[in-house]
Amino acid sequence: MAEAAATTIERPEFVRPVETKAYGVVQKPLTAWEKIYDSGTARKTFLLVVMAVAWELYARWLASPLLFPTFGATVKAFWDAIADGVLPHRAWFSIKVLLQGYAIGLVLAALLTAFATATRIGADLLETLTSMFNPLPSIALLPLALIWFGLGNGSLIFVLIHSVLWSVALNTHTGFKAVSQTLRMVGRNYGLTGPRYIVKILMPAAFPSILTGLKIGWAFAWRTLIAAELVFGVSSGSGGLGWYIYENKNQLEIPAVFAGLFTVIIIGLVVENLIFRRIEMRTIRRWGMQT
Amino acid sequence: MPAPSTHKPLLQVRGVTLQYKTREHLVTATYRVDFEVYRADRFVMLGPSGCGKSTLLKAVGGYMEPTEGEMRLNDEVIRKPGADRMMVFQEFDQLLPWKTVRENVMFALTSSGRLKGKAAEDKAMQYIEKVNLTKFADSFPHMLSGGMKQRVAIARGMAMEPEILLMDEPFAALDALTRRKMQEELLQLWNDTRFTVLFVTHSIPEAVLLGNRILLLSPHPGQVKAELNSDGTDRTLSDGKVLSEHIQDMLFADAIEEESTHG
Ligand SMILES: Nc1ncnc2c1ncn2[C@@H]1O[C@H](COP(=O)(O)OP(=O)(O)O)[C@@H](O)[C@H]1O
Ligand SMILES: [Mg+2]
Repeated sequence: MAEAAATTIERPEFVRPVETKAYGVVQKPLTAWEKIYDSGTARKTFLLVVMAVAWELYARWLASPLLFPTFGATVKAFWDAIADGVLPHRAWFSIKVLLQGYAIGLVLAALLTAFATATRIGADLLETLTSMFNPLPSIALLPLALIWFGLGNGSLIFVLIHSVLWSVALNTHTGFKAVSQTLRMVGRNYGLTGPRYIVKILMPAAFPSILTGLKIGWAFAWRTLIAAELVFGVSSGSGGLGWYIYENKNQLEIPAVFAGLFTVIIIGLVVENLIFRRIEMRTIRRWGMQT
Repeated sequence: MPAPSTHKPLLQVRGVTLQYKTREHLVTATYRVDFEVYRADRFVMLGPSGCGKSTLLKAVGGYMEPTEGEMRLNDEVIRKPGADRMMVFQEFDQLLPWKTVRENVMFALTSSGRLKGKAAEDKAMQYIEKVNLTKFADSFPHMLSGGMKQRVAIARGMAMEPEILLMDEPFAALDALTRRKMQEELLQLWNDTRFTVLFVTHSIPEAVLLGNRILLLSPHPGQVKAELNSDGTDRTLSDGKVLSEHIQDMLFADAIEEESTHG
């Protein structure tokens, strides 16, 4: 046996022309069913419909609209609140505060990261501050904020800044540090230095990481804001979504509470799936920096 | 007859020692290296891996300061990176992934202040055409093959029309067929424009094919072992051996010496 295995088997050589045409199926359209099943949106829509039906059935069986309103009642409360302009008004109030906090947080993060990029002590400062404050839930600062800034937007913005600043600064800083030596040398080869080097080389090169920071910052900020508004939300007679939920709970308008929660979810989804997804498609996916 | 000024070297490297400071060691990468590169030279630095070729090239690029000796370009001491010395690296990630082929070449021209707007675009397209990538001008780097990326990097370097092009094993990571093709293309480009290039390689055949002058470096730490002429044909020397064999023997002699001193 061993001898047989040790000798190679003689075979004739051959060369054959490769056909360039007529190779049968190279591309064939998928069936309609295959296409629908392949679409993530279709599958998820299906799941949402199933959940809505389950909700409706359970709520009817429970028959206790105070504890658990039906899906239909919630949708109706949602439409009514939109139609009379209360919900959009409250949502806009929340978003306005959020955008202010987010913007100030970004500016501070940019300053901190620039300082960290320029000097070693700056990098140490950033690393120390982020490792101290990043694990601290922003909402825990709310009592302190209330003492410093009083009831009102000032306190909200303060906790929002806290929830945005550290994640953005940390991710940007880590992203900068991970930029390849080759790209750095390319940038310096063109004579780029200082702010121009940061803006034109480091920022785009670290963009995947920066975007992650922006997304995490947004998610923290949104959750923090709603939570803070639940604790206190009125200032000058108006309040945001969190306050809307709280108010309606006190008046036992439970479908409206659900409608408020619904709005919080929808705004979160829109920002995460439309805005950030779009930015991602146009930048890092287009550039092949993330698959 | 060339004008007298062309007899002056473009790049002078004198007694250059380069060292890295790591946490534990002081690593000497090259020791007292001298050489001179003249205009329109295809000057090849050849040596085994780890002998300090990349380090030398980085120093010429202005990314590292010599601990001893000096380097002059056009009589000016090299102190920092600049667009008069364009680097082409071995790594495929040297293109900016967020810019298309055209934008990559243009960005080099505009950010260094060489050209602006339309002039930059025209110049970029002119060199993209030279490397046969016109059809891919609007592609992003991640859509290109390794060879195509290197051609973009070469186009980018040449479009800047630098005093000297510094190439660090630009073809080493390519497959053999593509490498052959790119070597031919580089020679063709040189025939067209007669740029000056300082080319680093550890491949003897590549050095013999591409260089008109070959600097042979000893193993780590790199020291100058020889400077040889080449006409690209692997010519037969007076002792009957071809140039590549001669180089092989010299590098091999080092290996034996090293073994006997270490052993
Ligand atoms: N960043 C670095 N830090 C410390 N030592 C280095 C560094 N880069 C290279 N070296 C050392 O310097 C020597 C020369 O390296 P290099 O110039 O990359 O060689 P080559 O390009 O000829 O292969 C090697 O011994 C290498 O280990
Ligand atoms: Mg090297």
